[in-house]
Amino acid sequence: MDNLAWIFISSLLINNFVLAYFLGLCPFLGVSNSLETSLRLGLATIFVLLITAICAWVLNTYVLIYAPYLRLISFIVVIASTVQFIEMLIKKISPTLFRAMGIFLPLITTNCAILGLAIFATNRGYGLVEGIVFALGAGIGFTLALLLLAGLREESELSDIPKLIQGIAMNLIIAGILSMAFMGFAGLFSAT
Amino acid sequence: MSPDKPPEAPAVSSTRLVLTLALAGLVSGVAIIGIYEVTLPTITANKARELREAVFKVVPGVTQMQKLVYKNGELVPTTVTEKDEQPVYGGYDADGSFIGYAIPGAGPGFQDIIGLLYGYKPDQKVVTGMEILENRETPGLGDKIYKDAEFVANFKALSVEPEIIPVKKGKKSLPNEVDVITGATISSKAVVRIINETHTTWSTRLPQPGSEPLMTKPEQAADETK
Amino acid sequence: MARNEHEAYETFIKGIWRDNPVFVQVLGMCPMLAVTNSAINAVAMGGATLFVLVGSSFLVASFKQWIPKQVRISGFIIIIATFVTVADYTLLALVPKVHKELGAFIPLIVANCMILGRQEAFASRNTVRLAVMDALGTSGGFMVALFSLGAIREILGNGSLFGVDLFGEHFEPWVIMILPPGGFLTLGLILLFFNWVTQQKDKFIEQVAEAERVASDG
Repeated sequence: MDNLAWIFISSLLINNFVLAYFLGLCPFLGVSNSLETSLRLGLATIFVLLITAICAWVLNTYVLIYAPYLRLISFIVVIASTVQFIEMLIKKISPTLFRAMGIFLPLITTNCAILGLAIFATNRGYGLVEGIVFALGAGIGFTLALLLLAGLREESELSDIPKLIQGIAMNLIIAGILSMAFMGFAGLFSAT
Repeated sequence: MSPDKPPEAPAVSSTRLVLTLALAGLVSGVAIIGIYEVTLPTITANKARELREAVFKVVPGVTQMQKLVYKNGELVPTTVTEKDEQPVYGGYDADGSFIGYAIPGAGPGFQDIIGLLYGYKPDQKVVTGMEILENRETPGLGDKIYKDAEFVANFKALSVEPEIIPVKKGKKSLPNEVDVITGATISSKAVVRIINETHTTWSTRLPQPGSEPLMTKPEQAADETK
Repeated sequence: MARNEHEAYETFIKGIWRDNPVFVQVLGMCPMLAVTNSAINAVAMGGATLFVLVGSSFLVASFKQWIPKQVRISGFIIIIATFVTVADYTLLALVPKVHKELGAFIPLIVANCMILGRQEAFASRNTVRLAVMDALGTSGGFMVALFSLGAIREILGNGSLFGVDLFGEHFEPWVIMILPPGGFLTLGLILLFFNWVTQQKDKFIEQVAEAERVASDG
């Protein structure tokens, strides 16, 4: 139990995917201009991460123990096709849900956070439950970072910012400050 | 950038699509297996050498080693790697008599999991050395747990009975106390905690001093992590 | 022929400076920030990316007639993933220490949008020669960016470059620079500098145009 709590808190706060591992930066910098879009993207990402964790576990347990060298290729192919399949399924079953998050799905599949999760979970030898907890923590952490940045950017739109600093440079500096703030979470589990 | 668009896709039969991808997959598979076969011996040898160096460092006087796993209530030598195994390494001198164990342990540190290996002599119940294998502690502060020679020296003859206790720097007076590093208190306490926890797990599993598993065979280099 | 030479050269230079993948197009950020806490890691990552990009561009440009358009993306990804796996195992065998530091970020080269982007936008519609020049230029630019970020962060954060101490004992390292926030901040400031240069250049061009206009009026 302790172990699961550590995995969750670690991937959520201490080793946040975006702010400590720099995974998923493209959507982090690209889509974070409004809170609403960010939330939807975040939810879609959590969903894809969960699928990824399950796919990675299945591949690791049943295929890759015989052929470890196929790891990278099989992760990419299997994750991309599973997500595509689920996308079609959602489109059929619930068009409303599809409109809310479906358009993000193909975008997310090529996101390095997804592949990163699969590889980290493999390197650390996580089982199914641990993998799912890891995916949840990482996904919620990603959404949290995205929402924080989006909130700050929405505020900054109304302020008078020199033209020189606007755009990606400013977002990176904000992200740097957020990342520094998140460093305060380190030691949460070992300070006994 | 070239302004001309790629030519319009001609209608292609799906058999051809599948065939193209299958061919690409085949070629890529051959390439990957090729490089895997070529590099595997070097990679295995590197890993085995790293492990041997770490074991020899934490248990002084050792010249050969073997991997031991806990199975059905006893410690047995093995050479194969199994899933979820928890091995320890037995260290022996040139004549094959037992010197001490090298025991791997891991646990949360300040930033992420710290993985370490420590040497243990069961007859004297002392830790004989400690080596950090894996960490992401803060550079310049937390990484002193392996860069600070004074801290590492704490673990050269450290009693584990009743347990290891971290104390303020310079206050070490008993054989079971460790001076923590100023500025890296959490990381150094984490190291102590990992060793304590690992010791608790293993103290019941290790056989009586004097009845350790014998060295099974003269060891060849690099056959440890097959 | 001379024109051809010129075009190849232009393609190469464009990737390094004017269309620098990181500083101008802001691509390939994940590996960019994660591995640049020391100059040696940055160079190793740059080298691996160069190998993958040049290799895949060469193959894609050579076989572009045989890859049907409908499955081109899957084809590109298979090619890229193969090169990445090769790079991964080679680094693991040759320099295990560096491989340990780079860790999961070598396989993640696959997800670097810069590489797939070059295949789709350039290699699949140009000659082999141009495609290789473009790949060299782009990965050269990527390498320049990685190296400058890695060098700045290592010098400030650790007081060393390629592991060689620069300042002696009395330098108090600025540890934050080699931690994650330092990556964001350094890249942010470099981009700011690029913005400033562009702005100054635009201003200068405007001034020249203005002066010419005045001169011709007079």
